[in-house]
Amino acid sequence: MEKAGLLDLFLTFARIGGLTFGGGYAMLPMLQKEVVESKKWATEEELLDYYAVGQCTPGIIAVNVATFIGQKTRGVIGGIVATLGVVAPSFVIILALATLIQHFAEYPVVVHALAGIRVAVAALIVSAIVKLWKKGVKDLLGIIVFAVVVLLSLVLDVSPIIIVVTAMLFGILYGRLRAKAGKEEKK
Amino acid sequence: MIFLLLFYEFFKAGLFAIGGGLATLPFLYDIAEKYTWFDERMLSDMIAISESTPGPIGVNMATYAGYNAGAYAAGIPGGILGAAVATVGLITPSIIVILIVAQFLKRFKESRIVQDVFYTLRPAVTGLIACACVSTMSGSLFFPEAFAGFQFPESLAQLFSLPAIVLFAVLLFGVLKFKKLHPVVFIAVAAVVGIVLQF
Repeated sequence: MEKAGLLDLFLTFARIGGLTFGGGYAMLPMLQKEVVESKKWATEEELLDYYAVGQCTPGIIAVNVATFIGQKTRGVIGGIVATLGVVAPSFVIILALATLIQHFAEYPVVVHALAGIRVAVAALIVSAIVKLWKKGVKDLLGIIVFAVVVLLSLVLDVSPIIIVVTAMLFGILYGRLRAKAGKEEKK
Repeated sequence: MIFLLLFYEFFKAGLFAIGGGLATLPFLYDIAEKYTWFDERMLSDMIAISESTPGPIGVNMATYAGYNAGAYAAGIPGGILGAAVATVGLITPSIIVILIVAQFLKRFKESRIVQDVFYTLRPAVTGLIACACVSTMSGSLFFPEAFAGFQFPESLAQLFSLPAIVLFAVLLFGVLKFKKLHPVVFIAVAAVVGIVLQF
């Protein structure tokens, strides 16, 4: 492993952030090329570990992976610098668009285009839900949890924070009960 | 103090949105309901922008919302400050959690509790995103206001937009069938259809 300069860390992650569309998994090939092969800041296995853990910790996966690699090479400061690097390009692009969009949004062409785009966005989200369903909903309990969450959120308008925390606590409780039942069966 | 509020709201979103990518979406809808920084329509435009520009949706939305809120309070400099505050708020919990987890990575990965938590959290997050998706559809695929009046609508066209639903079905089929194709392709197709058919 080579020691990274802070500027190098920032610029490398800014390049990765600026060139990956869609975030998340789209970033993996870029990270493999830049971080593992050319800079040698982490091994392939480490990168996959960071990815796996980055998905189960709060926040954006791209940010989580950047923090991991940064802190590994240069400690806490490295973690912060790499993270700022990975978000810098989107920050600048969106800031530019935010100032422009107000002027453009009045043209009828833009209004119609955005209305069409909204339909595409719905289709893209549904396809993401299909993927998540295949990965995360594995049995009847999963289907029940899904249904209860939809009911709570859509009909009763319960805050997503309460739902997330409750689901986590329920998972721990269910895991405990299952472990206990398993032990008793062995006896 | 609008800037403190921005930091606080996006910090919360960053802390509780687990699972990456679209997991921030339900929290963004929550913020859209509570404040006037952006509405649901802007949120879905933002999703499209995020899918066609580099960078994660959460960061894009924080930047955009922060700009709007700040610019409303204090012009363009306020907008830039607001964008920075909201974005930093969103990523701060990630940085703190990762710096802690990095100290005992192996134990975290194999931990029984972490696996238990995800057993129910995954379907719950899927459900939350599904609800966010319904919000995205209402207003473009169907019109909930038409239901709210307790009057029998004169025609189905008041409730559903048929061209939009046909476009949605075709696009969804395309997205699921041609997985390698970049999302920006579908967004571009939808934009052209929207212009041609005057959506």
